[in-house]
Amino acid sequence: MRVKVLSRNPDDYLRETKLDLQRVPRNYDPALHPFEVPREYTRALNATKLERVFAKPFLSSLDGHRDGVNCMAKHPKSLSTVLSGACDGEVKIWNLTKRQCIRTIQAHEGFVRGMCARFCGTSFFTVGDDKTVKQWKMESPEYGEEEEPIHTILGKTVYTGIDHHWKEAVFATCGHQVDIWDEQRTSPMCSLTWGFDSISSVKFNPIETYLLGSCASDRNIVLYDMRKSTPLKKVILNMRTNTLCWNPMEAFVFTAANEDYNLYTFDMRYLESPVTVHMDHVSAVLDVDYSPTGKEFVSASFDKSVRIFPVDKGHSREVYHTKRMQHVITVKWTSDNKYILCGSDEMNIRLWKANASEKLGVLAPREKAAMNYNQKLKEKFQYHPQIRRIAQHRHLPKSIFCQIKEQRIMREARRRKELNRRKHSKPGSMPFVSERKKHIVAVVK
Amino acid sequence: MAAAAAAAANGGRSRTLHRRQRAGPGPAASASHGGGRGDTGSVSGRKDPFPGPAPLPRPRVKRFLRGTKEKAPRAKSQRLRWHLKLSGQREEAAAARAARLDLLLPEEPGFLEADPGEDTCTVTQGDIAEAVDIASAAKHFDLRLEQFGPYRLDYTRNGRHLLLGGRRGHVAAMDWQTKALMCEINVMETVTDVAWLHTETLLAVAQRRWLHVYDNQGLELNCLKSFPRRFTVLMIFFSLFLQNDKGFLQYLDISVGKEVAALCTRGGRLAVMAQNPANAIIHLGHSNGTVTLWSPTVSEPLVRMLCHRGALRALAVDPTGTYMASAGLDRKLRLFDLRTYRVLQELVLPQGAGHLAFSQRGLLAAACGDLVQVYKGVGKEVPPQPYLCHRPPRPPHGLRFCPFEDVLGAGHGHGFTSILVPGAGEANFDALENNPYRSRRQRQEWEVKALLEKVPAELITLDPTQLGHVDTASLQQKREERIQRLGFDPQAKAKFKPRRRAKGNNLLHRKRKVAHEEQRVAAAAPPTCASPVQHPHFCCTVADCLQ
Repeated sequence: MRVKVLSRNPDDYLRETKLDLQRVPRNYDPALHPFEVPREYTRALNATKLERVFAKPFLSSLDGHRDGVNCMAKHPKSLSTVLSGACDGEVKIWNLTKRQCIRTIQAHEGFVRGMCARFCGTSFFTVGDDKTVKQWKMESPEYGEEEEPIHTILGKTVYTGIDHHWKEAVFATCGHQVDIWDEQRTSPMCSLTWGFDSISSVKFNPIETYLLGSCASDRNIVLYDMRKSTPLKKVILNMRTNTLCWNPMEAFVFTAANEDYNLYTFDMRYLESPVTVHMDHVSAVLDVDYSPTGKEFVSASFDKSVRIFPVDKGHSREVYHTKRMQHVITVKWTSDNKYILCGSDEMNIRLWKANASEKLGVLAPREKAAMNYNQKLKEKFQYHPQIRRIAQHRHLPKSIFCQIKEQRIMREARRRKELNRRKHSKPGSMPFVSERKKHIVAVVK
Repeated sequence: MAAAAAAAANGGRSRTLHRRQRAGPGPAASASHGGGRGDTGSVSGRKDPFPGPAPLPRPRVKRFLRGTKEKAPRAKSQRLRWHLKLSGQREEAAAARAARLDLLLPEEPGFLEADPGEDTCTVTQGDIAEAVDIASAAKHFDLRLEQFGPYRLDYTRNGRHLLLGGRRGHVAAMDWQTKALMCEINVMETVTDVAWLHTETLLAVAQRRWLHVYDNQGLELNCLKSFPRRFTVLMIFFSLFLQNDKGFLQYLDISVGKEVAALCTRGGRLAVMAQNPANAIIHLGHSNGTVTLWSPTVSEPLVRMLCHRGALRALAVDPTGTYMASAGLDRKLRLFDLRTYRVLQELVLPQGAGHLAFSQRGLLAAACGDLVQVYKGVGKEVPPQPYLCHRPPRPPHGLRFCPFEDVLGAGHGHGFTSILVPGAGEANFDALENNPYRSRRQRQEWEVKALLEKVPAELITLDPTQLGHVDTASLQQKREERIQRLGFDPQAKAKFKPRRRAKGNNLLHRKRKVAHEEQRVAAAAPPTCASPVQHPHFCCTVADCLQ
């Protein structure tokens, strides 16, 4: 007879001293883990609810401007510095850790139309309503010195936007046409123009650094190659684009913020139809900025809200609004992927968290592991109706809420009309046009 | 994984055998893991004779796969297809990793092998106790409690604590391994059943009139004004199922203190109840030989099975929820497959079994008269073989296997006996689920986490993984709504239009044309010279057709 009875040595299962960690032997056999799916579901439900409980994204408001904030620029080397230009010609430089203004410059008479920082971080450029382009030092002036630009360029027409090349000492301004300047010269290297209307913004591509995109008032987006002297191609939309932003991770992708309440993500190789149409705003979209990961972007709109969209989805994942925040003119996503800055026309710049329920600061390893686990659970069960209902619920101000309802009714009415027309006309005479192609008028090479 | 795929050919060999015989048909190019240096060889210049990770037997990997491969139609979007493929790969990798970690489990399960010619049934407890170590031998003991009537018993879920309840009111709670007594009281009333609640701090006693909840120090905490004959505690759901003389089945949530459901079973007096640990469904045995399956959300039984020709005496469900053992007045012990609800095996017992219990590793204990018999091999082709026998001092009134130990507890008229059954308990526990060696702090943390993840009663269904499946009914409904809204079906295939053929078989076309001609001809005035042109045409077409 051979016999063995299960006998455990307690020394193998208990800790030796009080200062040790407890031993936790594991056995992953599914028979020992009953009700895996319902328990995980309950944990996911709890995680979703807690995420909503801890969703407090507003951090602070930077006060100091005496007129609406018109444009912002990020410091390329310092995470805690941000520059802003106001409608009275003032430029302020802020320290985000102390939430204070460290420098004020009366840069222009009239609006500061655009500003950009040089890629090395030692100086920045501003353009204003007084038809000048000025270059300033990033450092504060010494005691006794006055605020003087390093360089001033007088132009003949009003410049409405400026952007600096990501690698070379070249910058581009836009107004009546797109001018590409060398920093040392006082007249543009070349001027690119296509059409007869004014251009509202210009942006350099961060990856393919010789590419530029611009938005014009005659509803088109024009793409340029700096190495050639003529524009590349353009796409004409239904309504005017306010700004565009290039994806910092995907070389050929850019997102355009349009007046028809939508944003369009284009692949510049295939401009016939946008990759995605992002619809959630209820008024004109004024500004857009990408997250440094290239997976999401933030948009500022004339309806007093800021929305965060994933690049591949058509609807926003988050909306930020406050009673005190009026029309949001400009928005930036900080380079550490954590914060969003938005400047509105009631003279305040607000600092928000990019992930509303994120815990800031140093996290203990167990905390981090628990958060990762909760995140994964939420992703796994995100399509279950109860969980989705909780996760996508956001409080909206009454104006936006009513606008959304109204626009939904209008869209439904249009759809019903189209349906009826299609039903009562010859089959095939009314082709189905996809939502993507509806908003494009033409592409011109 | 290359290793897993190759191991499919190897079949199920033992672990040690595997590592030696690996070299020949093993995977040729295990480039993924080829050791530190790969082809360049080690410092000594010799090549690794067993390159790559050790192969895993496919049955072992399969044990860790949750069987979630659904026969879904091919997804429309490429991104979704890619996503599903990636999920499948991750699942396989996780199952392979878990299978590999299986090797590191510290304990091996017990066993009893008789000498050739001998039967394990003839081995007595004394023999076993002599042959094993002192600690294990101490697990076989007898508590002589002759005064207070036949005893019912319960073990906590981690197998550490034992609760005894005598008919005449004696209730005792102890740590049976260290023999440390926690409390011992006499409730001064008839006790019909006892059970631990979710931890060893709370116990429930079904007394003469009501159900009382006590602390493990013997202090009465609560009194539930319902009269249960038998009750069972549902762990994950923090709830009690009670059945009483009037045929009502009550479901109480003890974490909140609310009654969730009271179902009228309409089956008469209920005395036989078992809980399916895999899906929390309650099995009730009735006096007409049927077993009904109940969930708190549905007021009708989910399943009604005819099990025996007479009344049911005992029911038990195995921990994986695959088999159900039932014993009836017709002296038969039947084993049912709970997937198909059909009889698998049948045993005729000289005396019917009054109590049944399944162990964690699938051994079945039956109390037949005054004998306790343990059967092995439930669910195999051959009917279960008797494995061990023991005759306690008096006929048993309660039978429970201790989780994670090779011990069977039997409560009888003269007290309690602890019987050694090698191979009954699961050798390796998972400390995050049930830990026999947990400290007070760990128990408190576990309790809080368990309360947070308490599953609501609405999720008790026959298939506990139902939440993880695609809800095809809703999907269909959504599709229909979308078609209605858009006016066309975006996923429908265009109607097949056959290509226009210049020559060949356009018989159908011609026949149709002919039929129309006929109609026109019949409708018009009698054809004298009405259609002279058509007439010959008509003839020739018909002639052609007839040919």
